Amino acid sequence: MTTPVLELKELNKSYGALHVTRNVSITVGPGEIHAIIGPNGAGKTTLIGQICGALPSDSGRVFFAGEDVTALPVAKRAMRGLGRSFQITAILPEFSALENVALGVQAKAGHSFRFFRSAARDEGLNEKARQCLDTVGLLGRVDIRAGDLSHGEKRVLELAIALAGQPKVLLLDEPMAGAGPDESARLVDVLGALKVSIPMLLVEHDMDAVFKLADRISVLVYGEIIASGSVEEIRNNPAVKEAYLGSEEGV
Amino acid sequence: MTELLKNRTVPVLLFVLLALVPVYASLFDDRFVLLFATRILILALAALSLDFILGLGAMVSFGHAAYLGLGAYAIGILAAHDVWEAWISFPVVILVSALFAAVTGAISLKTRGVYFIMITLAFGQMAYYTATSLSAYGGDDGLTMWGRTEFFGTDLFANDTSFYLVVFGILLGSYLFLKQVAASRFGRVLKGARQNEARLNALGIDPFKYRLAAFVIAGVMAGLAGALLANHAEFVSPAYMSWHRSGELIVMVVLGGLGYLHGAILGAIAFLALEEILSGYTEHWRLIFGPLLILVVLYARGGILGAFKGRGK
Amino acid sequence: MSATLLAVQTLNGLQLGVLLFLIAAGLTLVFGVMDFINLAHGVQYMLGAYLAVAGYQLTGSFWAALLFALVVSLLAGLALEFLVFRHLYDRDHLDQVLATFGVILFLNEAVKVIWGAAPLSVPIPDLFDGSLQLMDNLRYPVYRLALIGSGLGVALLLYVLVTRTRIGMLVRAGATNPDMVAALGVNIRRLFMIVFGFGTMLAGFAGIMAAPILSVEPGMGDNLLILAFVVIVIGGIGSIRGAFISALLIGLVDTLGRSLTTDIARLLLPPAAANDVGPAIASMLIYILMAGVLFFRPSGLFPVARS
Repeated sequence: MTTPVLELKELNKSYGALHVTRNVSITVGPGEIHAIIGPNGAGKTTLIGQICGALPSDSGRVFFAGEDVTALPVAKRAMRGLGRSFQITAILPEFSALENVALGVQAKAGHSFRFFRSAARDEGLNEKARQCLDTVGLLGRVDIRAGDLSHGEKRVLELAIALAGQPKVLLLDEPMAGAGPDESARLVDVLGALKVSIPMLLVEHDMDAVFKLADRISVLVYGEIIASGSVEEIRNNPAVKEAYLGSEEGV
Repeated sequence: MTELLKNRTVPVLLFVLLALVPVYASLFDDRFVLLFATRILILALAALSLDFILGLGAMVSFGHAAYLGLGAYAIGILAAHDVWEAWISFPVVILVSALFAAVTGAISLKTRGVYFIMITLAFGQMAYYTATSLSAYGGDDGLTMWGRTEFFGTDLFANDTSFYLVVFGILLGSYLFLKQVAASRFGRVLKGARQNEARLNALGIDPFKYRLAAFVIAGVMAGLAGALLANHAEFVSPAYMSWHRSGELIVMVVLGGLGYLHGAILGAIAFLALEEILSGYTEHWRLIFGPLLILVVLYARGGILGAFKGRGK
Repeated sequence: MSATLLAVQTLNGLQLGVLLFLIAAGLTLVFGVMDFINLAHGVQYMLGAYLAVAGYQLTGSFWAALLFALVVSLLAGLALEFLVFRHLYDRDHLDQVLATFGVILFLNEAVKVIWGAAPLSVPIPDLFDGSLQLMDNLRYPVYRLALIGSGLGVALLLYVLVTRTRIGMLVRAGATNPDMVAALGVNIRRLFMIVFGFGTMLAGFAGIMAAPILSVEPGMGDNLLILAFVVIVIGGIGSIRGAFISALLIGLVDTLGRSLTTDIARLLLPPAAANDVGPAIASMLIYILMAGVLFFRPSGLFPVARS
């Protein structure tokens, strides 16, 4: 078996008496989308925070491309290729869509201590930024102020920014949240096409999207992985049905 | 109106008018206007540097007047030891300001929000009290300079008109420099960090060192303003670094319109002109200015340029 | 330095610490609960002192002046809250800094217009006149001891209020999670007003107590405000306990520092240089302390966990 791109080993996090994640171990292999599902409050966002480095883990380790990155801060992990999207849209509202993505390109290039050349006229940055916007289908909106984009467009822009950093793996925290049906469908297409080159860890509530995209699914309930397997296995897992899907199917 | 602000009409007009001040002064033999305009431009330089970190980077530094004092004292103390040459004193000013900014910035920028405001305020006070206890250099009373900085032995600084042009040139140069930096990759990081720090981190950019670099640039520029202020008044005093002065610099920046850079210059002009006019009516001009400031904050948030733009930034 | 002098300076340090605590307590509560940075807190202390002067001129009695000044301080604070501050709660810190800076300019000038720029004072009340023999060769003014005592009393009262009463519980909850308190159906506006009024009264009280021993003059609150900021930053913004401990710490470090640094400098430097360097270092001491604390603990010694 090839080395997983991302490997979590026994991650734990508590807030006082509240154990938010318990012994979470997950891998994401090359070319794979590994989805994490679970009811609200299961610890999904906390887990994302632990992986990207925003939240220190109480114990456990995070390996990225075989290297231990547990001690690295967010920015250093990101520089190594750990890209992410945020559950609550994190775009730069005063910048245009193009500038948002160009900043991602610039971050990847690592040359931000440049004081004189105009960044707006830096075609090296703009060209790559346009490619990312094209990938997600936002090319028609490059000059719009990001704050003025529709909510769905912001969700898509969020993904384009993450792509601009040429990540080796993507952590997607509910990318479909708040996106309309059209945008959701577009995101599913885009993510499906991207996964060949960029493996992903996908946290998502939209079950249709998860079932379409995921190669493997892990179910997180009360901070614990209660089941892990292929889409079919998870669909038919009685424990999962009871803990999670059962309530959804009843609706 | 938005178009007017987008292109360069306002700043170009502003600098052209400022360049014409000596012409006006010599035509009407109005020395007062020339001296007053010199003072305005010097403080505008300090306000400009503050807008760079406050407007672009959202660093609410409440100790920016410290650099005015540092620059002024560097000039004053060197003069007290009979060093008048600009090629010696100005590099010293730059070095001292940069050093102070680097050290205090490295500590302050570890903190956020209101902690940052207070810690910069405290560093400003630290500089202030240090100056008051320099009994060898006048202590509380300040230090009178018996002359002005020399430039390769010329009296470039001593002649009112040429000094105005020196100040004008430094202000224009600084403005163009900061404008360029604001548009660069570096400026983009600075502005991005203000909007969403977590996003920048997730892209692999730790804003700390960029903020620190900006903080040092602003400090050096304000230090230069201090050096010019010392030459203008031929006097150096701890009052240059009082926290009221830091507050006034923030007022200038906000009054002009946050983040436009030339807004800070407009703000400095508006502030000092208002002070001059009000204090012409009453010595208790602060009685009017205080409430006026409150009204501006409550009802005219975008400042002068924001009013043109039609909505606050 | 003799043991006597050390004892005197320690008492002086405590006295400064207590004054600082009275000011810092209101500041830290207002900030903790409302996320509101009030630069005008220092002029409210000054106003308390001036009102004590006015009250004394009216009645000739310290106690009547105390009551008068407390009540008017409270009213003035509430008026400010109503006219200015409540419009700033949902603004960013920059706006709050600017508007309250405007209040400072106005009030500093207003007291100059009303009472003149010359320092004023209030005589020490008869009850606390004279001094007390504390040690063999140490006499200390009774009023100053009373000041320290009353400050400690207020600290105790605050502790009981914050930990034992419903309002106190809401204040603590408000400092950690304002949204939750609002969600519980508490009238946040009214809670703010109570906290604000209380904080103002504490600052006013500090001003009144300081009136007989410090000169009452325009701008007297400004330096204390900065010191109070240092106090709450070191203590951890929002923490009453932090404010208390760090107020005493700052009071002691500043006072003892001023009398000790020159002596210490003399050990290392020639006397003339020491006389220069000593005071400079002494006045920087608390800022160095603050920088040090923040460098290692960016949220102060007793950080209030905000969610």
